[in-house]
Amino acid sequence: MRRYDLAIVGAGPAGMAAAVEAASLGVSVLVVDEQLAPGGQVFRSVESAAGDPALAGEFLDAGGALARGFRAALGAGGGIEYSPRTTLWHVDLEAGVISVLRDRRSEEIAASRVLLATGAQERPVPIPGWTLPGVMGAGAAQILLKTAGAVPGGPLVLAGQGPLTWLLAVQLLRAGAGPITMLETGGKGALWDAFRAGGLWTGRRLLTKGVGLVREARRRGLRVVRSVRDLRAEGDGRVQRVRWAGGETACDMLLLHEGVIPTTHVTRALGLEHRWDEGQLCWRPVLDEWGATSHGLVAVAGDGGGIGGWEAAAATGRIAAIDAAWRLGRLPEDEATRRAAPHRQTLAAALALRPFLDRLYAPAPEVLAPSDDATIVCRCEEINAGQVRHAAKLGATGPNQAKAYLRAGMGPCQGRMCGTTVAALIAQERGISIAEAGALRPRAPFKPLTVGEMAGLPAEAE
Amino acid sequence: MFVQRPEARPATVEVFVEGLPVLLPEGASAAAAVLLAGLPAIRETPVKGSPRLPYCMMGICFDCLAEIDGVANRQACMVPVAPGMRIAPQRGARHARLEAEV
Ligand SMILES: Cc1cc2nc3c(=O)[nH]c(=O)nc-3n(C[C@H](O)[C@H](O)[C@H](O)COP(=O)(O)OP(=O)(O)OC[C@H]3O[C@@H](n4cnc5c(N)ncnc54)[C@H](O)[C@@H]3O)c2cc1C
Ligand code: FES
Repeated sequence: MRRYDLAIVGAGPAGMAAAVEAASLGVSVLVVDEQLAPGGQVFRSVESAAGDPALAGEFLDAGGALARGFRAALGAGGGIEYSPRTTLWHVDLEAGVISVLRDRRSEEIAASRVLLATGAQERPVPIPGWTLPGVMGAGAAQILLKTAGAVPGGPLVLAGQGPLTWLLAVQLLRAGAGPITMLETGGKGALWDAFRAGGLWTGRRLLTKGVGLVREARRRGLRVVRSVRDLRAEGDGRVQRVRWAGGETACDMLLLHEGVIPTTHVTRALGLEHRWDEGQLCWRPVLDEWGATSHGLVAVAGDGGGIGGWEAAAATGRIAAIDAAWRLGRLPEDEATRRAAPHRQTLAAALALRPFLDRLYAPAPEVLAPSDDATIVCRCEEINAGQVRHAAKLGATGPNQAKAYLRAGMGPCQGRMCGTTVAALIAQERGISIAEAGALRPRAPFKPLTVGEMAGLPAEAE
Repeated sequence: MFVQRPEARPATVEVFVEGLPVLLPEGASAAAAVLLAGLPAIRETPVKGSPRLPYCMMGICFDCLAEIDGVANRQACMVPVAPGMRIAPQRGARHARLEAEV
């Protein structure tokens, strides 16, 4: 069995930064990532997209630099072993062994410490008609642009809110997509509420970046409708129209976005401690200031531990790497503290604007718990909001109990899409908080595995 | 539907979506091939037979399950295209869930 000091899962900003830092401290590092190349979600395909003018700016500059730094530290000289196209599907917490799948073959690898840098996913936006072909996550369209240079061809609606909607609108318009209508779902009072959160001065660089995007989007002809409510997608066999309270528009595609949330699938499956974050309206693993979880083997860095953006992700990656070196006896404690200090400063600056953004772009209650009973909540098993409410009336006290009444959370996505919505609906119906309703507890394998892939495991380790 | 921009990203890898040739840039996924081929659906749901296309493109939603090179239930958004790859929509199967319960 291969053995490493530190196994990092994810080659986004957090995983790349952690790997480079750890290797520089003499720690042997393995980085596994599902994607073909380093970059993570934010800098996906940054190396192969270098010639695309639509992606010019932070993506190519900062992302390119991160990927180059990571590549330079690979191999015998640098001390990092990188395994792309490799999926983590199991962690044996007691033995310190991870199981990964590559080229449809499974392998067990021993690690003294495991750093999960698995990032974020888009928050599911369950509106009526969101399962129709032609409706996608906004992030999904961005992935097509980054990986294939492709853009939606016909009239396009971008509905929802958050910094990513403006960035995507600009990137798509630069690439010749459109016409694009943005349906902003934010509430009218959100801006004033957000101002009270503060952080504008410390976060002014990020704020300026955001204002620049809004300007460019408008200059490029983005049509914006504000304070949109009661969104629904309609069409025969695919989306053809979007309706909202007081308006409608024909379209060829609808892209939805209500921010991103940590991917807690693995950390929940491992039974690590989590808490419901009232500010970001999502579950996050409980971490100490070094990224350590409630289990001694595992740490979390990046957006998987709470949404902070790529600069915060890279800083938490470095901090977790320094902690790993200290735990492995490669660094005295005072040296670890000293080394972490500049990264803590970077982190604080990167997070300064978060409370403002979290309030400005807080999803409406109906995003968390759709009001129309016919809205599909669980895309895999086609279970709607009304069925979940009914299960709550019958006695389901949380998403884990709801499984006994419905199959919600038992399809191939294992509740990645519906878990929080089911909890929110039950909470609403029973008059309890989402925290009380609880989080789904998925099981390994983290991704469905065929028996043949399982059989690829050596019968005896070593 | 989606259109390519060969001036920004040359399409060099040929795959077959339901027998139809599609050219894509290296590093694009099988799910991207289905979207660019303009297929109306990549799968039908086992419960109601509704058509679906990829939703998240990043391995979360499992709405992209397809048959790739004869193997059913592949998460098409996580499979990079390779020359000659054969991609076909998947109809009805519940296998992914059964296999998840190993
Ligand atoms: C679709 C999408 C698009 C985004 N686009 C932008 C953007 O343009 N600009 C911006 O500022 N922010 C963007 N964000 C927010 C962004 O996620 C973060 O700011 C940043 O990517 C966080 O970095 P990270 O290193 O924590 O995680 P990520 O960059 O998400 O990296 C996580 C990595 O872990 C890998 N991984 C996950 N699970 C496994 C597993 N089980 N096995 C193996 N590997 C695994 C993934 O393949 C991924 O490469 C986006 C988020 C999403 C979800
Ligand atoms: S499109 Fe969502 S998992 Fe592939």
